[in-house]
Order: sequence, then structure tokens, then C-alpha cells
Amino acid sequence: MRLSPDEIIFWQYGFFKLNATIAFTWGLMLALVVGSKLITRKLSENLSRSRWQNLLEIVVTSIEKQIEEVGLRHPEKYLSFLGTLFLFVATASLCIVIPGYEPPTASLSTTVALALCVFVAVPLFGIEEQGVGGYLKSYVEPTFIMLPFNIISEISRTLALAVRLFGNMMSGAMIIGILLTITPFIFPVVMTMLGLLTGIVQAYIFSILAAVYIAAATRARKPKTKLAPNEA
Amino acid sequence: MPIDWFTVGAQALNFVILVWLMKRFLYKPILVAIDAREKRIAAELADADAKKAEAQKERAEFQHKNAEFDQQRATLLSQAIDEAKAEGQRLQGEAREVAEALSAKRKETLRREAHDLSLALGRHTREEVFAIVRKALTDLATTSLEERMSDVFTRRLREMNSQTKARLGAALKTASDAALVRSAFELPSEQRAAIRTALNEAFSADVQVRFETASNLIGGIELATNGQKVAWSIDDYLGSLEKSVAALVGAGARPEQGVKPEPVSVPKRGANEHIA
Repeated sequence: MRLSPDEIIFWQYGFFKLNATIAFTWGLMLALVVGSKLITRKLSENLSRSRWQNLLEIVVTSIEKQIEEVGLRHPEKYLSFLGTLFLFVATASLCIVIPGYEPPTASLSTTVALALCVFVAVPLFGIEEQGVGGYLKSYVEPTFIMLPFNIISEISRTLALAVRLFGNMMSGAMIIGILLTITPFIFPVVMTMLGLLTGIVQAYIFSILAAVYIAAATRARKPKTKLAPNEA
Repeated sequence: MPIDWFTVGAQALNFVILVWLMKRFLYKPILVAIDAREKRIAAELADADAKKAEAQKERAEFQHKNAEFDQQRATLLSQAIDEAKAEGQRLQGEAREVAEALSAKRKETLRREAHDLSLALGRHTREEVFAIVRKALTDLATTSLEERMSDVFTRRLREMNSQTKARLGAALKTASDAALVRSAFELPSEQRAAIRTALNEAFSADVQVRFETASNLIGGIELATNGQKVAWSIDDYLGSLEKSVAALVGAGARPEQGVKPEPVSVPKRGANEHIA
């Protein structure tokens, strides 16, 4: 039994290989980019616009709004990273309705890669916002003793991010695989529908957590705001 | 669970590329389009606000002007009503004055006409009556009547009151011509002598007398000298009666002017003693 699409290898040359994870990822990338290109090819700036443009605008503005609600002040700066994260994970999950498709997010390699991206992006955004010194200083807050705990927290949450997504996606695919062998009719359909829901939820959770981490990194060093007299 | 580190690296790279591609093909154009639309909407809203403000301003101005017009109209209307009332009253006054003048004139004309008519009627009646009486008396008058009249005249001369007598005596004395005795008929010599005698006796002087016949006396004799006159004739009776009747008719015309008529009494004299 296969636990990961990494195990399906189409081509290999030494260290380099082309497995199902990479292949399906490319497929998803192609679909996303081509779809976006097609829709944004003739964007209307008028009040009347196409339904597809409406859909994309709703998606983009919703993501932007969510980022803002998390606490990031300039959502457009983080939109590309967090929006792509959400769209990639959501598309990867939604495509499980296609027969023969293996979600790349069901591969621990993919989720680790995404988690590493978040792991790298968080300090980058933090440094961009506060400078190197400001960001590094956050590790010794509130006291120097907290430095190791902060580092452990940073690593463990990245690991948790990767494993959470992988576990959910892999388990969904796994359950459907097992059910197909036991009860090939009807029940796998229900589970597939459930998988669609959990996939969207996981995409949301992954993106929101990434946004929260970035928000924490960018806001941690802000000078503490003084309480207003009426709030004291 | 093995982690394929090549796949990890490849997926990380794939993700970075995807981020760039999505930014290039999705987020940027969409955000640009949304921003452009928002700007456009904001501009349109601002334009609409400006137009609304302008419209409100114009509306306020219009309302103000309307109120002014209404006030002016009301003022002009009340002024016009006042003027019309004044003009109406003036015209009514004028009309009343004209009507009163006309009425007064008409009344005056009516009164005059009535007066003239009554006068004419009275005069005509009087003339008719006296014409009849004169004719009757003329027809009746005879020499014997003349005799009788002469007697009466002489008696009158004798019975004249002292005042009249003195005045007449003075007139006779101062007169340059002879006293004139006029009668309706030619007096016989006896009566002429009786009259001379009576005069001489009455004034104790030789009075020069000249006799004349005057048909308009109807019946009677009169003595005239130096502006004084003593007469007894039916014509004098009739003249006296005519004056009384004329006074009565004149009083009868006055009631139209609101004057209560007063009874006019006809003098009841048996003979007329007339001094002019």
C-alpha cells in the first residue's frame, strides 16, 4: 500500500526524479496559471464585468479581507504568498474528485516544502517590517531566558504545520482507498465529499496559521501601545 | 514515513514559482482592476455629491426666490385690493354724488314743472273765472248800476278815514293838474256834480276834476291825483280776489318742497278801499 504519491516515480536519473507529486503539482500550477490568465486576459474596469471575473474578484478580496482580519495591516503585501498557499492547497484538495488524481498535499515532502516556505517567509516578512535587529530581538522577549523556547516554538510549529496538512490529506486519500477495497459503492462518494470539505478547511487552516505567524513576526516588536485613559 | 528531500526542494521551488506566476497573472491584474473601479466609483460618488450639493444649493436658492416671489405677490395683491377698494369707494362716492345731483335736479325740475303747471293752471283758471265774472258783470252793468256806484263812491268819499283823507287832501293841494275821475261808463252830469260836491265837501276846497271813461274798470269809479288814488270798482274786487286765489295756488304748489300749506283767508270786505 502506498502512503504517498512520492512513491510513484515516472522518471529518475540519480538524485533527480519525476514523481507523481511533482507531476500533479505542475498540473495544478498549469491549471491555476492558465485559468488566471484566461480570466484576467480581458478584465473590465467598468461596473459591468464577466461572471468569472466576479468569481476571481470575490476570491481575491475575500483572501485579502481574511488577511486583514488576522491583523496584518497591508494585506496586499502578503496576498501573493498567503493567497497562493490557500489556492494551491484548496485546488489540490478539490481535484480529488478527478479519477486517478493523487493530491500532492498528501505527500509529506510537499507539506514539508510548504511549511519550510512559511518557515522562511515569516522571518523575511518580519525583517522587512522591523529590520534584522528588531526581528532577532523578538527571540529574547520578554527575557533572554525565552530564547531557546522561542526557537523550539518556531521549529515545532513549522513541523506541526507540515504534519497537520499531510496527515489530513493523506488520511483522506487513504480512507477513500481503503473504503474502495471494502465497499466500492456509494460510501466512498460520501467520503470523497467529506474530503472536499476537509480539504478546503485544511487549506484555510494552513493559510490562516501562516498569516498568524507572519502577523506575530511583524507585530511582536512594535512598541507597546499606551492605554487610553478611559481604557485604563 | 520517508521524506524525499529532492521532492521537498522541487516542491518548494514549484511553490515559489507559483507564487510569482499567480502574482503576475492573478493578483496584480485583479487588484489593479478593483482599484481602478473603486477610484472610478469614488470619483463618480464625489461628482454625484458635488452635483447633489449644487442641486441642494440651487434648490435652497429657488425656494428662497419662490418665497420672495410669494411675498411680493401677496404684497402687490393686498396693495391692489386696497387700491381697488379705495377706487371703488371713490367711484361709489362720485356715483352717489352724481346720482344725488341728478335726483336733486330731477326733483327741482319736477317741482318747478309742478309749480309752473300749478301757476299756469291757476292763472288760466283765474283768467277764465274772472273773464266769466267780468263778462257777467259787464252784461249786468247798466246806467242805474252806474248811478248806484256813483252814490257809493260819493258816500265813500264822505266816510273816508281821517288819515287817508289828509293824505289825499295833501295830494290834491299839491297836484298841478286836475284830479282824474275814471269810470266804466260815461257819468251823467248829475252824478258828476254829486262827485264834485262830495269832493268839495270832503276836502273843503274847490277841487278841479276831470272825468274819463275807462272800459277796463268793468264797473266802478276811481279818483287819482298826484300819485294818490281812491277807487271803488268791481275790477278792484276781482283784483283783490285774484290776489287771494293766486296766494292760495302758490301755497298749494309748496307742499312738494315739504312745506306745510297754510290756509289763506280771503279778505271779507264789502268794498275795496284802495290807496296805491
